[in-house]
Amino acid sequence: MLRVDVTKHLGEFTLSAAFTSEGRVTGLFGASGAGKTSLINIIAGLLKPDRGIISLDGETLDDTAARVHVPSHRRRIGYVFQDARLFPHLNVRQNLDYGRRMNRLADDPAQRGRVTDLLDIGDLLDRRPGKLSGGERQRVALGRALLSKPRLLLLDEPLGSLDEGRKVEILPYLIRLRDEGIPMVYVSHDAAELRQLATQIVMLRRGEVTAFGGVKVLTGSST
Amino acid sequence: MFEISPTEWTAILLSLRVAVVATLVATPLGIALAWLLARRDFWGKSMLDALVHLPLVLPPVVTGYLLLLALGRRGFLGAWLADHLGIVFAFRWTGAALACGVMSFPLLVRPIRLSIEAIDRRLEQAAGTLGAAPWQVFLTVTLPLALPGVLAGMVLGFAKAIGEFGATITFVSNIPGQTQTISSAIYSLIQTPDGDLAAMRLVIISTVIAMGALVASEWCARRATRRLHGN
Repeated sequence: MLRVDVTKHLGEFTLSAAFTSEGRVTGLFGASGAGKTSLINIIAGLLKPDRGIISLDGETLDDTAARVHVPSHRRRIGYVFQDARLFPHLNVRQNLDYGRRMNRLADDPAQRGRVTDLLDIGDLLDRRPGKLSGGERQRVALGRALLSKPRLLLLDEPLGSLDEGRKVEILPYLIRLRDEGIPMVYVSHDAAELRQLATQIVMLRRGEVTAFGGVKVLTGSST
Repeated sequence: MFEISPTEWTAILLSLRVAVVATLVATPLGIALAWLLARRDFWGKSMLDALVHLPLVLPPVVTGYLLLLALGRRGFLGAWLADHLGIVFAFRWTGAALACGVMSFPLLVRPIRLSIEAIDRRLEQAAGTLGAAPWQVFLTVTLPLALPGVLAGMVLGFAKAIGEFGATITFVSNIPGQTQTISSAIYSLIQTPDGDLAAMRLVIISTVIAMGALVASEWCARRATRRLHGN
């Protein structure tokens, strides 16, 4: 269970969001500039809220009143960025292995095999990120986040930088991932995408939650 | 003409030793300082920055003299180091290495700092979300990505150290076998009648060393850059 109740001032913009989600895939929906990325950066621990609480499965990650702020590397929250952010000096295999090494987890070839199969990246292992297409990069980024064994996976418009053809290429993998059962927060400004993926929707507008509920709250949203 | 005399050999080997030691000791310090200047804001940052660059703008004689005042036998730091730790810099090759290290430090730090500043910090954030603690991020992302700058800084620093003259001769003098580097040997030779030929030999040798360092660094930098662009 993810509980969010935070306020953050960013220049002129104020983000003020509160929701509790039990859903397997929580969709953060809103136009660009609505505060979606800031909100998941706060959940990831990359941004400190000015006020409020973040908790995951009963563990407090942020509590400004109690001066608690768990740094991002201790949260065990995976993050798939819009721009993949693969490490350019490591090949795909090393990128995938990075989280395991940093968390000093035991080598788990079975899990690695499952993830590379799930995402069809077995043929890319010896390549450098510079030699991958946009869609391939995004799949590797997904695999890299998954293999760090996170409790929650944050996805910030993972299809945002891809053209239509590539989106169609990645979407089935995301659906497979959802059916694996790992809880996700999925940021998108595309209602159609969220209808396919999300189980719960948080609608953001100018930094505030305007609707919360099942996918039916997307009804009437054309974008 | 290429009969290198034992005195010349001594000067060549001493120069190499001084420059290698100065570069190897200065590099970790330079990386730490470059990181600090590139990534942190703190009180006195611009002062520290100016202090690092000071040897670049001061006359080398002044830097050498300041080192002598501070670290000479009767200098406030030098006396303490000699009495308590048995470390003596004055008129020793270690003093030459120190002088060269100080003089080359700004040239070493600058490329490292620039390459750290050029790193996409979002990659470091990504490493954090994968569970890397800040020191792990530094070792596995920042440092490898800054490698071309580190190599460039090391070569520049080494080249400066091997050619250093003013501060070294002021601080540790020009004692053959002790503190006489290639530069100070050339200086002595061109003041000696019939020293021209020997001086010319050393000039050629120092040119070869400098060229070799440049070629090696170019090669390393090109390899490192190719690696880092993910190709």
